Amino acid sequence: MAGVTALVDKVVDKYGKDKDMLIQILLDLQKGFGWLPSEALNEVSVRLRVPTSRVYQAASFYKAFSFSPKGRHSVTVCVGTACQVRGAPRLLDRIGDQLDLKEGETSSDMRFSLDTVNCLGCCALGPVMVIDGVYQSNPSTEQLERIFEGAK
Amino acid sequence: MPNRLSSAEELEKLRAEILSKRDSKKPTIAICSGTGCETYGSGVVHRAFLQEVKAQGLEDKIDVRATGCHGFCEKGVVVVVFPEEISYVKVKQEDAAEVVEAVANNKVLDRLLYVDPVTGKKIAKEADIPFYKNQSRIVFGANKLIDPKKIEDYIALGGYSALAKALSKMSPEAVLEEVKKSNLRGRGGGGFPAGTKWEETKNTPGNIKYAVVNCDEGDPGAYMDRSLTEGNPHSVLEGLILCGYAIGAHQGYIYVRQEYPLAVENLKIALQQAEEYGLLGKNILGSGFDFDVGTHRGAGAFVSGESSALMAAIEGKTGEPRLKYIHTAVSGIKGRPTNLNNVETYATVPLIINKGADWFRSIGTAESKGTKIFSLVGKVNNTGLVEIPMGMTLRQIIYDIGGGILNGKKFKGVQTGGPSGGIIPEKHLDTPVDFDALTDLGSMMGSGGMVVMDEDTCMVDVARYFVDFLCGESCGKCIPCREGLRLLQRILTDICNGEGQPGDLDTIEEVAEVMVDASLCALGSTAANPVLSTLKYFRDEYEAHIKEKRCPAKFCKALTSYYIDPTKCEACLICLRNCPAGAVNGGKGLIHWIDQEKCTSCGVCFDVCPPRFNAVVKISGEPVPPPPPAGTKVSRKKEA
Repeated sequence: MAGVTALVDKVVDKYGKDKDMLIQILLDLQKGFGWLPSEALNEVSVRLRVPTSRVYQAASFYKAFSFSPKGRHSVTVCVGTACQVRGAPRLLDRIGDQLDLKEGETSSDMRFSLDTVNCLGCCALGPVMVIDGVYQSNPSTEQLERIFEGAK
Repeated sequence: MPNRLSSAEELEKLRAEILSKRDSKKPTIAICSGTGCETYGSGVVHRAFLQEVKAQGLEDKIDVRATGCHGFCEKGVVVVVFPEEISYVKVKQEDAAEVVEAVANNKVLDRLLYVDPVTGKKIAKEADIPFYKNQSRIVFGANKLIDPKKIEDYIALGGYSALAKALSKMSPEAVLEEVKKSNLRGRGGGGFPAGTKWEETKNTPGNIKYAVVNCDEGDPGAYMDRSLTEGNPHSVLEGLILCGYAIGAHQGYIYVRQEYPLAVENLKIALQQAEEYGLLGKNILGSGFDFDVGTHRGAGAFVSGESSALMAAIEGKTGEPRLKYIHTAVSGIKGRPTNLNNVETYATVPLIINKGADWFRSIGTAESKGTKIFSLVGKVNNTGLVEIPMGMTLRQIIYDIGGGILNGKKFKGVQTGGPSGGIIPEKHLDTPVDFDALTDLGSMMGSGGMVVMDEDTCMVDVARYFVDFLCGESCGKCIPCREGLRLLQRILTDICNGEGQPGDLDTIEEVAEVMVDASLCALGSTAANPVLSTLKYFRDEYEAHIKEKRCPAKFCKALTSYYIDPTKCEACLICLRNCPAGAVNGGKGLIHWIDQEKCTSCGVCFDVCPPRFNAVVKISGEPVPPPPPAGTKVSRKKEA
């Protein structure tokens, strides 16, 4: 796990080994790894001299952190209030049916992860799905099929 | 790198220099680059304009600028041509050539103008479009004039003049007095007077104090703080520095959600530029006042927007609230006196210092002064950000600015205040909007989300939605909130599933009462508001769910069936192909019918049935008619 240690060292040093920066450090690691491997969390605990329990407490509290690897393509459905009243639940159902995934799950071939988000601030487009950073305004079942087929 | 400015005069000199290089008559094409337009591809459109201006050899004659959010998200990508302020809507990259040509020839490109849906007329000037005409954009208005990544744009518009005025001519006490006198109330939720908060922080003894910006806009359906931070970060920063000066703090923090990457980016650029110009850091504008600002990204927790939780997060801990019999103004970050306000509140402060408390007090109602930005979303025609003077009625906002309800449907309610707020029914639409009036109606101002709901929205489901949301967001530290929400969630889910019991509504009220009285923080004590307000104004919907097993809005899946009207079905196969459950039977030329055993009530057939047929109907609370005999052929009499 040399790669893990190297990135943890780099990020911890970037924040001057400051305990107050724990959440910022975890955010950078989440971005770097795409998830938070336990080796990384243990390493953070050692390097910052913060109990492992506190590192895990922070990592499990916030939504931005994940304890398992995510799929190659991230599919996110906005379930903010505006999207909700404009049909987000139906969109989520249709996407879930097509990908055979429930919210929060990753497919076994690591191709897709399906998540929800509470508001993306683009309410005029609602209901909205985001796949790999590209926004889709209320895609039809056929459009979804095309989009998912294109994402290998 | 620019020289650090060492006095207010030097700032004025710099401003004059920037303005002297700018020709106010030179046409500028401003492309909205807020997140709304970004999703429509404003980045690509911006590049297309740059290329097109270059290709037509007009680089000296036309400026192209990517600006902050204009607010009319419904019509993105929004492009405005200055100085005439001609507004083009729904602009695509392939339109760039024509627009540039029109600008060069001083013409208006008719094709991309906004069309008034009421009169059918095209409107050229942005200020004449009803969406903008009925607003008063004192805080938000600068967004469209500014490239948020350039401090010079902000300075050109008079930016940092309030800071210069305060540091050179006003004592910290005088700044505080002005804010107090203005009666500026916190724009983040509760509407607590900002001046009172500042004063308490200032009066608490201690050498180290903090001033913090709350940009943890977790309220789903609200995004005005994001647009301000992304589009005009220096206005927020200037307000923050002014607060630091007034209360005697030398360190500020901006807490911003990591879900807002553009806001984080633009803030960091703004901090660096302000520092380079000597508007931040040591000895600001030669006044001897030092102030530093750090950013802190929130990692996604709604409760972290609560003051004590936010401060715990800044200390690197989990963002859980604590009991607040001691205010954070007395004991905040690391036990030091800390002032916390939200983005919009800070962005308003420079205006108050520049134009005076009396000017600010001249806008608004008796107890709520100034303007408020709302994000008007949901089932409304003109989705976007609107800034209105306090006291405008809900009806004016939704109909005059918002252009009424989407698809001509009937208005049912408007949700304000996010998960802590409530839903206001039609009979109260003429209420003037201010902090106290909304609270009196059982809702609240909150950060300014305004979600419009129509006849197709089930109020029980909306209540369940908010309770679901809060269940996930409750930190679980105190029992009334944690267990109360779970109990409410269970009852509301049962009601939506048609399993409600006669005593449920009494139980809801009893649980809500305990949550209000006994929860640790505002998340818990306001969590029942969406339930209580819907129960107050839409009790009949709850009762229909429980007693008649009927969802009046025909939304709740378990209580709604779909049926194809055989007299309207044209056997077009669309619903049959789209049904994910394979529940639609029939075939080419054969009337389609839904197998109720297989149907999951997902509603896809209803959505895809062409409006000219309108054959799929929703049924709730009554038996579904039997399907036509198998193999019934469609009679084409309508076409004959």
